[in-house]
Amino acid sequence: MSVSEYTLKGIFKELMRYKSALVGLAILVFLVALSLYALIFTPYAQAGEIWNDQNRWLAYPRNAAPEWYNFFSSKKLPPSILIGEGLPNHKSEEAEREGYRVITYLDSFTYNYDDFPSELVLLINTTYSGSPPTVKVYWIKPSGEELNLSAYRPRNISESIYISNNLILERDLEEYAIDKLGFTPNYTITIPVALFMEYKDKGEPTAMKGNYTVRVEVTLYNRSDTFSYRLLMHGKVYGIAGTDIYRRPLELGLIWGAPVALSFGIVASVTITFVQLIFAAISGYYGGKTDSLIQRLTEIYMIIPFVPFIVTISILYGLDIWRLLLIIIVLSIFGTSVKTYRVWVMQLKTSPYVEAAIAYGASNLRIIALYILPRILPPVVPSLVLSIPSYVFLEAALAILGLSDPKVVSWGRIIEEAFAGGAVYKGYYHWVLIPSAMLILTAISFALIGLALDRIVNPRLREM
Amino acid sequence: MRIPPLAKVLIKRAFFLFLMVIIVTYLTILIANAGGYVDEIMISDIKFNVAQRVSANPLYKGLSIEERNKLIERLVEDEIRLRGLDKPFPIRSLIYLWNGLTLDLGRSMYMTSDTGSRLVRLIILERLPQTILLFTTATVIIFLIGLFGGLYLSRNFGSFLDKLTIYLSPTSAIPGWFYGILLILIFYSYLHVLPPGGMVDYPPPEEPVAYFLSVLKHMILPVAAWVISSFFIEIYYNRSFFLTYSTEDYVEAAKAKGVPPSQIERRYILRPALPPIITSFAFAVVLSWSGAIITETVFNWPGLGRTLAMAIGFFDVPVIVGITVVFAYLIAATTFILEIIYGIVDPRIRAGVEGI
Repeated sequence: MSVSEYTLKGIFKELMRYKSALVGLAILVFLVALSLYALIFTPYAQAGEIWNDQNRWLAYPRNAAPEWYNFFSSKKLPPSILIGEGLPNHKSEEAEREGYRVITYLDSFTYNYDDFPSELVLLINTTYSGSPPTVKVYWIKPSGEELNLSAYRPRNISESIYISNNLILERDLEEYAIDKLGFTPNYTITIPVALFMEYKDKGEPTAMKGNYTVRVEVTLYNRSDTFSYRLLMHGKVYGIAGTDIYRRPLELGLIWGAPVALSFGIVASVTITFVQLIFAAISGYYGGKTDSLIQRLTEIYMIIPFVPFIVTISILYGLDIWRLLLIIIVLSIFGTSVKTYRVWVMQLKTSPYVEAAIAYGASNLRIIALYILPRILPPVVPSLVLSIPSYVFLEAALAILGLSDPKVVSWGRIIEEAFAGGAVYKGYYHWVLIPSAMLILTAISFALIGLALDRIVNPRLREM
Repeated sequence: MRIPPLAKVLIKRAFFLFLMVIIVTYLTILIANAGGYVDEIMISDIKFNVAQRVSANPLYKGLSIEERNKLIERLVEDEIRLRGLDKPFPIRSLIYLWNGLTLDLGRSMYMTSDTGSRLVRLIILERLPQTILLFTTATVIIFLIGLFGGLYLSRNFGSFLDKLTIYLSPTSAIPGWFYGILLILIFYSYLHVLPPGGMVDYPPPEEPVAYFLSVLKHMILPVAAWVISSFFIEIYYNRSFFLTYSTEDYVEAAKAKGVPPSQIERRYILRPALPPIITSFAFAVVLSWSGAIITETVFNWPGLGRTLAMAIGFFDVPVIVGITVVFAYLIAATTFILEIIYGIVDPRIRAGVEGI
């Protein structure tokens, strides 16, 4: 590889003529826009905290697939459905019975999906003096049959009752469903299945489509007591990227992971390349003892087992992601590229204009900084761009080894959590595939740009 | 007696590489000791174990609390002296250095080998062959594909396959372990045709042939992941190399002389292109030792890499240090073997010409 004549500006102009590079640049612009969006709307320091706060995500379904999954599947999965106070089709009627206020709420909704909701949660807001209100819940299917979902007594001002976790109710509903079916099916009848199922002779259970009504009868024991409720039916699809086992919407994690991935890869690659260039320039220009010292260091660096070293340091000193980046840089600055760059520097050192600079008395620093470094920069740019993905993946790899920074949301960490959460064995493909797709997009983007750059600055490749 | 030049070069290199391994091992120990931090962990571990042992031993049941504390203190001191933890750090670090180099790395803190031993050396050595088996297979396959694929494309450059390779070469920006995850999702989670990880079926087959086939079946996915990851870029780079060499003047001259094409390919193109190709292959192998760690973790392959991942989980410092040292040895050995091959193919080294 020879030292090319191109300037950085010239390279960029040339780059726009490659279609593959344009595709790469378009992806890069998208990723940068995503990163800026993430940084502007959620401060970086908060993102990790929000992500780790499990209570924050209770309103989201668990392990939901992305919404666009329904486009590709003949079996339509339901999104989350919310009914109750302040939402359409909410009616209430008040009466007095035995001296107490009895409010009857009626909520109806249309259900046109094949699969069943994952969970049913009754969200109650109440104030009471003395005895807590009694809440009776009834379920009316499109076929007209009415199921009793048992009675509850909320004790807190704001309470979430997980109806689908009620084991006694589950047993009752299972008996009822078996009675209706006339046989014991080979699938388990959970509460959502029993509430929505069509009574079929055989095969997998499917949901009964049509209008469902929920009747809630509340008895308030005091005049001044207040009550309102909502019923949340967690679905099986959510948003652009679905949710994970902790109910976190993955789209947020993907957005927050973008600036981390980009800055990690770019900072690592740019810093390492520049430091290597400077060492190569010093080594090649000064020669002698400085040269042999730097050469011996690169040879030691060759033997250093890179990943085990990072692992050892990271585990013993409990590094956060930016210190980890620093260690990666320190462990790479005497990489083998120093040797390649050094050869170029030695070629340049004997070139007439450098000799002219020496002759008119330019300082060594001036020659290195102004005459040598700018000249060897253009041929280095392709390998700089091409090595960005490897650092992005290195971060992901370390996350998979369990060395991720718990305060930072990164794509690698999401994949690691997916593995730990059994996504591969339980078939939550979106949990692995969507963050993976982000990593792949990043890699392909830089690879397309880098390979086009390589063809530009190495004309021998272009001719072929 | 006159030593042949190649041997002289190799002896010099072997000495130099060993020096490098010593330096790297010492660095590892310095880092792992973190200014005595590891010693502290080890001493508190000793204290815990001794206290447990004493309270579990019926012989000491009759002792008063004071007597028992004294006994524990004495046993802890004995244990510290036994492990050489009472000497000042510079000397201790040299003991560790020697232990590291001879792989006499003492006992692990938590992990055991398959035979139940807690000797770090056994834990590591029983994992080493598996790692070498998997990654040597993968890199050799990649090397051969790259060599012949590159040669084929350089002969047919500009063809559809050639263009396809160029367009698909960005796929190599994705590392092997990552393709591994995707392959597991396809062939295990979705298609259920191949195992997601491990090295043999459980329980392991008794017959050698069945055992071999079972290992082979488990190797398909990890090897495929690595091959996919390097496939296009290897071919692309090698093709570029061959093309560069095929435009040299001496090739043109040979063509003009009427040397048959197959001979041109072998003698005039492949031969001079081999040393740089071997160098890039050497880097690939060395990189594979690092990549091995994550790939083995993804595929649950019982090699050094997964052991390292497990040691991270257990915070088992002796094992982590041991594996780092073994990897340093592996890299040095790989470099040395490749230098021998290099010496064979590059006449300048064979002749002992310095300064290349």
